[in-house]
Amino acid sequence: MTQLALQATGLHKSFGAFKVADDVGLHLAAGARTALIGPNGAGKTTLIGLLSGTLRPDAGRISLHGRDITRDAMASRVKRGLVRTFQVSSLFTKLTVLENVFLAVSENAGASNDLWRPAGRRRDLIERAEAILERLHLADSRHRRMAEIPYGEQRLLEIALALALKPKVLLLDEPAAGIPTDEVSVLLDAVASLPTEIAILMIEHDMHVVRRFATEVYVLVHGRVLTVGPPAEVMASPDVRAVYLGQSGQSRFAGGAPGA
Amino acid sequence: MSGAESPFLRRHHLRPVETVWWLLALAFFFAFPEYLAVATSVLVMALFALSLDLLLGFAGVLSLGHAVSFGLGAYVSALINLAGWHEAFSGALAGGAASGLFALLIGPLILRLSGLPFIMVTLGVGAIVYEAANKAVWLTGGDNGLPGVTLDPLFGVFRWSVYGQTGYLYVLGWLLALFYLSRRIVASPFGVALQGVRENPDRMRLVGAPVLRHLVAGYAIASTMAGIAGALSAQTNAFVGLEVLSLNTSIDGLVMLVLGGVGRLYGGLVGAPVYMFVQHFAQQWNPYYWMFLIGGLLIVIVRFSRGGLLGLLDSVLRRIRPGGAG
Repeated sequence: MTQLALQATGLHKSFGAFKVADDVGLHLAAGARTALIGPNGAGKTTLIGLLSGTLRPDAGRISLHGRDITRDAMASRVKRGLVRTFQVSSLFTKLTVLENVFLAVSENAGASNDLWRPAGRRRDLIERAEAILERLHLADSRHRRMAEIPYGEQRLLEIALALALKPKVLLLDEPAAGIPTDEVSVLLDAVASLPTEIAILMIEHDMHVVRRFATEVYVLVHGRVLTVGPPAEVMASPDVRAVYLGQSGQSRFAGGAPGA
Repeated sequence: MSGAESPFLRRHHLRPVETVWWLLALAFFFAFPEYLAVATSVLVMALFALSLDLLLGFAGVLSLGHAVSFGLGAYVSALINLAGWHEAFSGALAGGAASGLFALLIGPLILRLSGLPFIMVTLGVGAIVYEAANKAVWLTGGDNGLPGVTLDPLFGVFRWSVYGQTGYLYVLGWLLALFYLSRRIVASPFGVALQGVRENPDRMRLVGAPVLRHLVAGYAIASTMAGIAGALSAQTNAFVGLEVLSLNTSIDGLVMLVLGGVGRLYGGLVGAPVYMFVQHFAQQWNPYYWMFLIGGLLIVIVRFSRGGLLGLLDSVLRRIRPGGAG
């Protein structure tokens, strides 16, 4: 049996009486391209929070490459290659685009214990940061402050930071949300160009994106996994369609369905 | 944007303007030999404000108890001196080491806090240490302080005269060395990470940064520098009194830094002389109400420039010479 990149079993999380994760199980093989869909409030972002360590589960177990990380702090999960992005950009607003990525590169390279050599002369680190910016078509903005670049670019920068951390498992929380349509393919190309052994879990509403990206889809409803399967199968499922019926996501969902 | 927020990947570039401050400090030595004793205490406070800048300006940690580090260094170096060790440099280093060690001990406990709780805890620690020193008369001399700190001639040659020539250059030398060190640290990958922590600690955790460890390291460095400043104060005044540990000392350092400009390293170096100069003349003008002037100055500076006097200077220079000032 091949070892799973990320495995979660029996995750529970409640905020008061409100169950946001109810016995959620999820596994990503190495190289997985998995989408996480579900109506608003289904607990998708919560699940990413539990996996990445920004939230603590009330019960359940999470393991990364066979190693139990349920109790590990965020930073140590990141060091082991479990990296997430945020739905709402959460970056270093006053710093430039290059500096944002530099922080991640420097931390990843273990350079942040260096108190002596100027960061600006660390060509090795700066070149790595610039290569990542190049890949996400952000090179032209590299000396602009994060707060000054367009929203779409901020979303791409969020991905750039994640890539700088050399992820083995990448959790993307609605990476395409708010990106102008023509830039979505920049994002998807960047994701597609990642080494195949990286396992990726992406929250995404747009079924076009899901179909293009994913080989497997998890559907989350009311904190529970409703179904798992290949995209075409899941989208054809009457249960899943029923969940989306009347939801705001309906039109987008229908848009991605076969024959639509 | 002001120079304080200039891209930190370029921080290591030395600007010619910077030499002005150091040349003035050296010129002062020759121009005003009768004021060297006062000027020495200005340099000591500049060093203290610089250490506070590392903490507040770069790590984003606001402490109201930084005088603890200053006072600890002062007392430790004085006690070592009174015990019979009269060499100056090692005495100052011992004071710094004591304060650095203190920071390594309490840092991991208190730096888990942030915002108002942290500020209150630093205030509390400051008050406790002050009262403890007040009570421990056998060790600190209590209200009477510790007089009689005497030093061997510097390098075996330069005697410590009442005019304070040796003291002034000695402290200026320390300031230059520690300023250079601060500059290196701030521009290093560690310094960059520290500024990342200042901007967004949660996000730093999610790039895998050991935020608490970074903060403790930053605090230990700042505390060591404050301890050395305290030791220099004890050595050049030949005396340590309780006021080195007082809240006033913490506040003075903070006000000097804010006056000069937080987060630009030169903030304390500019703020300290301005503050002490204004204080000196305001006290002559009116010995009772001089704080009016300081308060007014602080309000005006903070109101018109977020970057302190240096921020003001930046924007004036930029207006004269667009794109030129740094």
